[in-house]
Amino acid sequence: MVRNLLVRGMLAGLVAAVLALVFAWVFGEPELGRAIVLEGAHVGHAAEEAAEPEPFSRAVQSTVGLATAVGVYGVAIGGVFALVFAFAYGRLGALSARATAALIALGAFVTVALVPFLKYPANPPGVGDPDSIRERTVVYFALVAGSVALAAVALYLRRRLAPRYGGWNATLLAVAAFLVAVTVACLLLPVIDGVPAHFPAVLLWRFRLASLGTQVTLWAGVGLIFGPLAERVLTSRYAPAPALPA
Amino acid sequence: MAQAAVPHSQPVPVSIPVRELIPWAVFAGVLAIVLLYFVGAEQGVTALISGNGVHEFVHDGRHLLGFPCH
Repeated sequence: MVRNLLVRGMLAGLVAAVLALVFAWVFGEPELGRAIVLEGAHVGHAAEEAAEPEPFSRAVQSTVGLATAVGVYGVAIGGVFALVFAFAYGRLGALSARATAALIALGAFVTVALVPFLKYPANPPGVGDPDSIRERTVVYFALVAGSVALAAVALYLRRRLAPRYGGWNATLLAVAAFLVAVTVACLLLPVIDGVPAHFPAVLLWRFRLASLGTQVTLWAGVGLIFGPLAERVLTSRYAPAPALPA
Repeated sequence: MAQAAVPHSQPVPVSIPVRELIPWAVFAGVLAIVLLYFVGAEQGVTALISGNGVHEFVHDGRHLLGFPCH
């Protein structure tokens, strides 16, 4: 059972990654290319690049490299997604497999991608001080972990409040508690602004929008593709046996 | 009650026991962390492999997936 779900989760992740790859290729790569041209024009960075030669050409990075990164990311999150689903299914009330998968995908997108993006948005090449990479990496992953942990606490809170306030109100209270806690966490974390003074605002906006769109495509894909696949596994086990002919 | 005989249109599904889930969760969780590390963070702040090959290969994906890159 779990094995079947895991295989389908990784499969859904791979298919979603293909969709996200198309999105990233169409909307992200042109902006990324423009940012690299600008970065190359920057004198300080040119000297740094000369010291460390690029092992892969842009043609490789923007095709095979991008596909590998998004594909591996998709399979990995698809597998974890399937296991979270396996735990959540039947523990979130009378939700169908498809509804459970869609709900988990929405929750995962918000906690893993959207919340960190709102505080530390994706940056194109040339944005972000290379000396601050340690700090940026630490706070980014801390926010991802914190956001997931707070969502887990909110789910627990919803479970505790449901008998007293009813399902709908308990959900609203839990979501409100999550939003307040995440906002406080974001306010406590340091502000990092590495955008150079003359970096084009439109390019930054479009790159970030493309990055967010890639994540939306990926998570929507995982949730909506995994749902029907999981339903087939689950119904084959739990469906009542068909009546035998007399 | 007469209603008890009517089958529910959507009963609460049978959940999978946690005992059955744990080995899969541990194994797949560890594997996923390793994979996500290589896509998102290897040769950034920390490096298991010397050089910048991994970083440069997944460079575009790292930027577009929102990881801090360089």
